[in-house]
Amino acid sequence: MTTVSGNAMSASLTGCHTCGLVCRMGSGHHYVCPRCGSELHYRKARSVDRSTALVIAAFLFYLPANLLPITHTAALGKVQSDTIMSGVIYFISHGDWPLALVIFIASVAVPLLKLLILSYLLWTVRRRSSARPMDRTKLYRITEAVGRWSMVDVFVVTVLVALVQLGFLANIEAGPGALYFSMVVIITMFAAMAFDPRLIWDPIEENDEREN
Amino acid sequence: MTALTDLMATDSIDRLNSEAGSLDPCLSVCHECDLLNRVPALPPDRAARCLRCGHVLFRNPANCVEKTLSLSVSALILWVVANVFPFLSFGLPGNLVETNLVSGVVSLYEQGQPILSVVVLITSIIAPALQIAGLIYVLAPLNRGLRLPQYKRVMRWMGYLKPWSMMEVFMLGILVSMVKLGGMADVIPGVALWAFCCLIVVLSWALSTLEPRVIWEKLDDAREAGATA
Repeated sequence: MTTVSGNAMSASLTGCHTCGLVCRMGSGHHYVCPRCGSELHYRKARSVDRSTALVIAAFLFYLPANLLPITHTAALGKVQSDTIMSGVIYFISHGDWPLALVIFIASVAVPLLKLLILSYLLWTVRRRSSARPMDRTKLYRITEAVGRWSMVDVFVVTVLVALVQLGFLANIEAGPGALYFSMVVIITMFAAMAFDPRLIWDPIEENDEREN
Repeated sequence: MTALTDLMATDSIDRLNSEAGSLDPCLSVCHECDLLNRVPALPPDRAARCLRCGHVLFRNPANCVEKTLSLSVSALILWVVANVFPFLSFGLPGNLVETNLVSGVVSLYEQGQPILSVVVLITSIIAPALQIAGLIYVLAPLNRGLRLPQYKRVMRWMGYLKPWSMMEVFMLGILVSMVKLGGMADVIPGVALWAFCCLIVVLSWALSTLEPRVIWEKLDDAREAGATA
C-alpha cells in the first residue's frame, strides 16, 4: 500500500461524479465535465458547513419525531395516540420480539446512530485527524446504506391510514410525529450526501507529502 | 455480477504529469478517497476496486445495455400493474376496504398531511417511475446506436433519483402493518402487491446491471437520433 503515490487533486485532476471521466482542472472556479455536463469540484462545495447545519437540523427534528404521536387510533369510540416507542412496546407486550426489534432498530436506533456517526465524522474532519481513515470511510458507507430504512415507520402509517377506515369500528389517522419523523430521515440523507468522504483522506495525503 | 475479482494497479503521479495534454484512458479516480488508480481493461463481469479504500471504481457487466433495457421494460409493465389493480384489502367479510397503491397517499392528503403524502408519493411511486422512464429513454435508442436529445440531463437525474426510490422500505412497512392488523381483521393481498414485489426485484436488478461508465462510453460513440447517417 505504500506505493500509492497521491490523490487526483494533487495532480490537478478530478473524477466526474456522474460519468466517471477523469478531468484536468485549471486554476478557475467553475468547471463542467466535457462529457456529461455535470459540475466538477475537487471537493463538494462547503461540504463540512452544509453537512453540519443539516445534522443540527435533524437532531432538532428528532425530538418531536419521537415524542409526538405518529398515529391516532379511534376504535369503538375510544381514541388512542401512539408514538414510535409505544408501538415498539406494544409489540414487545404481545410477545412479537422480531417485529419490535425491526421497528426499534429502523426507527429509533438507526436515525440516532446515523446522526452520531455523521457528527463524529464532521468533528474528525474539522480537526484534520489522520487516524483510522479506512474505519471512518466504512462508517460513512454504513450511514449511506442504512439511512433509507428509517422511512419504514412512515410507510407503516401510510398503509394503516389507507386500510383502517371502518368508520365507528376503527379508524386510524396520521399524527404530527410522522411528519417530523420523515423530515429527520430526509434531512439526514441530505446531510450524508453533503458530506464529502474524500475529506477523511486529505490529512493523510498532506502527512505523506511532509514526510517525503 | 458473479465472482467479483478485483483488479487493481496504480502508477506514479510523476509519470502522469509528464504526459502533458492527453490523459491515460486507464486512469480512474476513486469517489470516496480521491486516489488515482490505474486500471487495465476489465474482463466481463468483473469489478475494479480502489487500491486504498476498496470502493468499487467501476464494473464491466456483460451485455450491459440489452440486459438493463429488457429488465427496465419488465419493470414498466409491473409498475403499471402495481398501480392499477387492487393492492391490499382489509376488514371482515361483508365490510371489506379495498385499496390501491396510491390510497395511502390520498388518505394522508385528506387528513391534512400534504407534505407527508407528497413524501410517500415520491418515494414509493414517482421516483421508481422516473427511474424506469429514464432507463428506457436512454437505453432503447442506445441499443440501436442512437441517442436522444437531453440524454445527458436524463443520465444526471438518474443519479439524483437513486436514493429517493424506496420501494423495498415500503415493502417492509407493508409487512409490519400486515402483522399489526392481522389480529384485528383479515388482510388480503391483491394482484398489485405481488406485482410490486416483483417490481422491487426487477428494478434493483436493472440498476445493478447498469454501469454508468460503460453506458457513457457507448453514448460517446452513439449517433444523434434523427441525424442521417
